Amino acid sequence: MTARLHLGATEADRIVPPAGPPVRLTLATAAAMAFLAVFALALSLAAGRVATLWADALARTATIRISAPVGEMSAQTEAVLAVLAQTPGVADARAISAQEQQDLLEPWFGTELPLSDLPIPALIEVTEDVPGYDAEGLRQRLAAEAPGAVIDDHSRWRRPLVEAAARLRIMGWIALALILGSTAAMITLAAGAALAANEQVIRTLRLIGAEDGFIARAFIRRFTLRAGLGAIVGAVAGTIAIALMPGPGPAEGFMTGLRFSGWQWLWPLIVPPMAALTAYLATRRAARWMLQGMR
Amino acid sequence: MSVALIVAFIARFCELYCLVIHNIINKPRACFQAPHLPQDCNCSACEARRSHLSRIGERSLIELSEVSYGYGAKPLFSGANLSLGPGTFHFLTGPSGAGKTTFLRLCYADLLPMQGSVSLFGDVSAGMSRDSIARARQRIGVVHQDCQFLDHLSLRENIGLPLLVAGRDPRLSERNLSELLAWVGLENREAAFPPELSGGERQRAALARAVIMDPDAILADEPTGNVDWDMSIRLLTLLTELHAMGKAILMATHDLALIRAAKSRSNARVLRLTGGALQLAGSDL
Repeated sequence: MTARLHLGATEADRIVPPAGPPVRLTLATAAAMAFLAVFALALSLAAGRVATLWADALARTATIRISAPVGEMSAQTEAVLAVLAQTPGVADARAISAQEQQDLLEPWFGTELPLSDLPIPALIEVTEDVPGYDAEGLRQRLAAEAPGAVIDDHSRWRRPLVEAAARLRIMGWIALALILGSTAAMITLAAGAALAANEQVIRTLRLIGAEDGFIARAFIRRFTLRAGLGAIVGAVAGTIAIALMPGPGPAEGFMTGLRFSGWQWLWPLIVPPMAALTAYLATRRAARWMLQGMR
Repeated sequence: MSVALIVAFIARFCELYCLVIHNIINKPRACFQAPHLPQDCNCSACEARRSHLSRIGERSLIELSEVSYGYGAKPLFSGANLSLGPGTFHFLTGPSGAGKTTFLRLCYADLLPMQGSVSLFGDVSAGMSRDSIARARQRIGVVHQDCQFLDHLSLRENIGLPLLVAGRDPRLSERNLSELLAWVGLENREAAFPPELSGGERQRAALARAVIMDPDAILADEPTGNVDWDMSIRLLTLLTELHAMGKAILMATHDLALIRAAKSRSNARVLRLTGGALQLAGSDL
């Protein structure tokens, strides 16, 4: 049956009367569904990127915050760095400079912040190596060497964020599945309406010896092509809309835009074939079901 | 040696003599007018028909055996037997509501019998797949009282539709189509759409559509129901011409005048469906 689904109108297509409103509605709905599908895809992929980003980049780093009187600050910082240098599992430890702190705080407090006048804690960025370090042991040693130091391994706020991103990704895929299911339901209804409207034509064809496949094919071709065509229009519109979305901006590396990145731009290409396949299966099922009811 | 020769000669002569006598006696009744091939006849005509039958491999195209059918608890008819062989012509008559249409629908597997069996070209209809029923219908032309066409296609396309349905290209049969349109007298109406046709034109178009596939059997259900007498005779003439070409014809009608008109020009048998039984009517019509 698939092999004979060539494009272009064939003689056999003419057995189905010219298109009515249901077929045009199929076209429009397929376009709308494809548009939504592209957005659901973008959402899933963006959520996936965020989850990966946060899980990977943040999992291997920790921050040590040192709150000490101004006079003790540099001594405690030195002590912490010395402890870290001796701790197995720490790949790198780096004190964040005043300038870097300034840059980090700038988006929040503006450029005119007199940083040196404020009791800003010193920050040390710790990068783990693969086996990781013993967080509890390090905590105890730091308590002895530099009482003002507090380890923050980010897990407190990282975990819920990664979880939220993962949920969002699942929601995206669920939305995609729902869109596909709705498309199938819509095509089944439209095909059922078209088959019912053409019952007399189908009876006549059966009387003159038409096999089920011949009758079904004429309807399947029509709906598959309409759904595919509608989905192409919708997917192109959706992709253009995604391309016009703002990118991640200055927070790149930490946040991500809804836009696809790199080879992900190819994803919308699967939307029209998926719509066509869905239409093919839905119409075939509707036609089989209808034909079984008549001899 | 010579005695043996003489005996052989006499035996051969007798055999030939018997065959000639047999043919002279039986020819009008048993051989040429018989709807079914006589089993016991050895005449040349019967031999020719027999060899034709063995060549096409089917003794009967459509065969009903002890068939009953009904729409309620009480059967409409029961115990019906019929064998439609190649080249036979049957009328099916009976009062309205006796089940003539039902009977015909059983013959093209539009209905399945409640009891008994119907076989189409040797296959029992109850056991046939939907597609094998479709293929059997390509060999049976059906004409209804109110024929349905595909209203969005021209008359010519409608008549060529069975070819398309059977997977053939109607464009390869253009001449066939033209000849067929001329035969039913619709050559000037080929571009018309079915809703524009008169009752008589529709019936002739339906007949043309029924024979485009060169079927073995033609089933007509009251084809003259909606047309005047002249058109009835015209349709009948077309059917008798098809019969002369070797098609099996089964025509349901309640028009006894038409049956009488037909009897004068072909060797039709009359089946009567009445009182829940199918009977072969005598020659008293």
